[in-house]
Amino acid sequence: MAIIENPLELESGTVVEVAERPLGALTRPSGNTGWASWLFTVDHKRIGIMYGAFAMFFFLIGGLEALAIRLQLAVPNGKILSPEVYNQVFTMHGVTMIFLVIMPLAAAFANYLLPLQIGARDVAFPRMNALSLWVFVAGGFFLCSSLFIGGWFKNVPNGGWFNYAPNSGTLFSPTQGIDFYAVGLQILGIASLVSAINLIVTTLNMRAEGMTLMRMPVLTWMLLVVQFLLLFALPVITVALFLLMFDRLWGANFFNVEMGADPLLWQHLFWIFGHPEVYILILPSFGIISEVIPVFSRKPIFGYSFMVGSGIAIGFLGWGVWAHHMFVSGLGPISVAAFSVSTMMIAVPTGVKILNWVATMWGGKIRLTTAMLFAVGVVSMFTIGGLSGVTHSVSVADTQQTDTYYIVAHFHYVIFGGALLGIFSGFYFWWPKMFGYKLNEKWGKWNFWLQIVGFNLTFGPMHILGLQGMSRRIDSYDPGYGFETWNLVSSIGSFVIFFGVLIFIINIFVSKKQAEHLPPVGPDPWDARSLEWMTASPTPEHNFDEDIVVDSLDHFWHQKYGYDDDGNVVRIAYAEDVAQDGSNDNVHLPSPSYWPLVLSAGLPFIGYGVIYNYWLCAIGGFLVLGAIFGWIFEPPDDPDGGHGHHDDHGDDGDGHSADSSDADDSAEKTDDDLVSVGADTAEAGDAATTETTATAGEADNG
Amino acid sequence: MAEAVLDSAVHAADDDHGHSTGTGISNNKLAMWVFLGSECLLFGGLISTYLLYRHNIQDGPGPSEEFFDIPFTSASSFVLLMSSLTMVLAHYAAERGDNRKLKIWLLTTALLGSVFVAGQIYEFTVFVEEGLGWSTSPFSSAFYALTGFHGVHVTIGIIMLLSTFISAVRGRMHPGNAETVEIVGLYWHFVDIVWVFIFTVIYLAA
Repeated sequence: MAIIENPLELESGTVVEVAERPLGALTRPSGNTGWASWLFTVDHKRIGIMYGAFAMFFFLIGGLEALAIRLQLAVPNGKILSPEVYNQVFTMHGVTMIFLVIMPLAAAFANYLLPLQIGARDVAFPRMNALSLWVFVAGGFFLCSSLFIGGWFKNVPNGGWFNYAPNSGTLFSPTQGIDFYAVGLQILGIASLVSAINLIVTTLNMRAEGMTLMRMPVLTWMLLVVQFLLLFALPVITVALFLLMFDRLWGANFFNVEMGADPLLWQHLFWIFGHPEVYILILPSFGIISEVIPVFSRKPIFGYSFMVGSGIAIGFLGWGVWAHHMFVSGLGPISVAAFSVSTMMIAVPTGVKILNWVATMWGGKIRLTTAMLFAVGVVSMFTIGGLSGVTHSVSVADTQQTDTYYIVAHFHYVIFGGALLGIFSGFYFWWPKMFGYKLNEKWGKWNFWLQIVGFNLTFGPMHILGLQGMSRRIDSYDPGYGFETWNLVSSIGSFVIFFGVLIFIINIFVSKKQAEHLPPVGPDPWDARSLEWMTASPTPEHNFDEDIVVDSLDHFWHQKYGYDDDGNVVRIAYAEDVAQDGSNDNVHLPSPSYWPLVLSAGLPFIGYGVIYNYWLCAIGGFLVLGAIFGWIFEPPDDPDGGHGHHDDHGDDGDGHSADSSDADDSAEKTDDDLVSVGADTAEAGDAATTETTATAGEADNG
Repeated sequence: MAEAVLDSAVHAADDDHGHSTGTGISNNKLAMWVFLGSECLLFGGLISTYLLYRHNIQDGPGPSEEFFDIPFTSASSFVLLMSSLTMVLAHYAAERGDNRKLKIWLLTTALLGSVFVAGQIYEFTVFVEEGLGWSTSPFSSAFYALTGFHGVHVTIGIIMLLSTFISAVRGRMHPGNAETVEIVGLYWHFVDIVWVFIFTVIYLAA
């Protein structure tokens, strides 16, 4: 590994002192400590952590809503929630868990890990990254504010997360609840779209030298696929939400059946978004466990290129299955048959992934850490969810299952058992990298077992309830239909889950306290494989002291392990020797900025404005426009961009050419120094393929 | 979203300085391409909605040759398409560092775009007078939503053009950041191409 003497530059660097203050007041915030350093940060790692923290806050809200639902249904004729409130609670439970919990938790991992895994210093557009975070937070609080605006549970969305027309029209939903849904999801869509563009450009453009696409970790690949799904799915729901908003607020006729409109339009638009959305939720978890399982099986991922390929295939096929949500809407036999077949087809790449995870574990030296337990939990629980999903693809069976608890069971096995357990696996796995200490394994195992047992107790019986004919979304049921026992079991299970999550939260604090008496975790506590473990824990602000030049898939692992004369794997270096210690404080980073936060703050005003009073739109518009101008006229953050003569558009002219030549020099040095190292790792790479039957595709050509 | 795009286009020089990138395309330009990919689906959804409701006219006027003023809309469409030509000339001038021509062509493009938007507003007022209100029928809602979304996109494009024009007036444009003009141009051409589809679907198919 070459040592580069010159300070490395990021595309945009930090401003130590602002040389010029255009328009007087426009400076950039500075400082690395205190609350302001979090509010105005553009560091992808802090943004990732905040994504996670806000999502966990919303997780508690969504979880309490779930408990309220289960309390209501624990016994026949539940009296805890009125039917009106029940509708609002189950709607908000769904919307919260999907848009405010799973998606942002995936975004947390994407933001934190994606740049690290490709060896980059930050994302392509750091300020836009901060914008995504704060727009998400603004949209989340906007949506949740409906819980109490105008009185508790008066104006909460109540049409289900799918919000079918014509029930969503003003005739059947006269409160402002659906307006909050329509506007809130649009705000959240902006956040996801900005983030998708940013991460796509980051992945395609900012990879370290040698990090070809087929050397990217599976997690990076899955996140890239997810960003493309977001990119193309969000505009479709945006259209649907706009049309709904036009109908409700300004009397348009898109879903107005009285005027001959076709309510199926909503279903089509919604599910063209909604089904890719399912893969948006699940693929990040697939990526996470594809990192966790190889590390704790001490084997490379089985069939890397198949893993990547099947992820891409899921991304493509995900667009051709939306109408399986609409089998009972009278589509006609040809459509139903076509979508049945496409739905069965998408089980193939998913099955490939499951078999590959199993094959990765097969014959491996498995360490059952909490992270690994959660990952195995995903493989098994998702398989159940996937199998019940295949039963939906058989349209005759689906006709019986539609709108029963069988569906509820299915998608909870997929989204809770797949997506959420995977995210918990990621928590335990990357916690030391993010915060510098490991989560306690003993508490972690309690966390896992309570969660998995509670999960199966809650959602397993719902299969039976559904097949017995219990409808979804009913606020109560009469005794005597055979629903009592399983509903009670399910409700007990939900409280077991609650205690599991509680233990996770306790674990965070317990582990932090214990870590004070433990040695530091070091860069690579799990003996892992990807680049994020090549730098100190917690990750220093500049990520890497020096640019990494990648020469194989699992580059880091090949730095640590080689082969003796008999072809056995032997350690050739300790992680501490290979990894960087994070001591380089000469790296210039982008300066923090006020404007992403200000811009985001304007959006809820516009939201409340269109619902209640257009004057609020003016305030919001003022904030947004002001923020855009502030953003544009913000001083440049490139310290080498020429102090004294730069303009407010950032200096990309002569000031920079000198740096580029420096960068070229250092790149050359890096190449030279790497010759010897490269030879070793090439061997290691080849031998790795023979050691196990796994092939790493073209990536291992070293 | 519009804000962010406006920003990334006008502020093209911020995050990328022409370092070699993975794709060989600068971050800003790639971001615009990716964003336009997303926009395709936005207009795809709106056009589908229009096609669904094209004949659902209730008691109001419908999409017919008599109702639309096709020569008028053709003329304003021609104006919009010509603005793509002037946009290309602006980009060409920017690459050569010809600041005078750059200013002329940017302003011309913005003016042509404004003529188009003005024509659209005029057309809307005529339609409303003839009895095609926003709430008249599913057709009318879909018509105004589709053309209105496009009009807003053109308007945002005009703002981007004028911002670039102001930069040029203040002497900020030079061959080193000609890409800014190119990125604004990408957006502008996209909006024009979308209009070709919309014009075909709404007016020529009438």
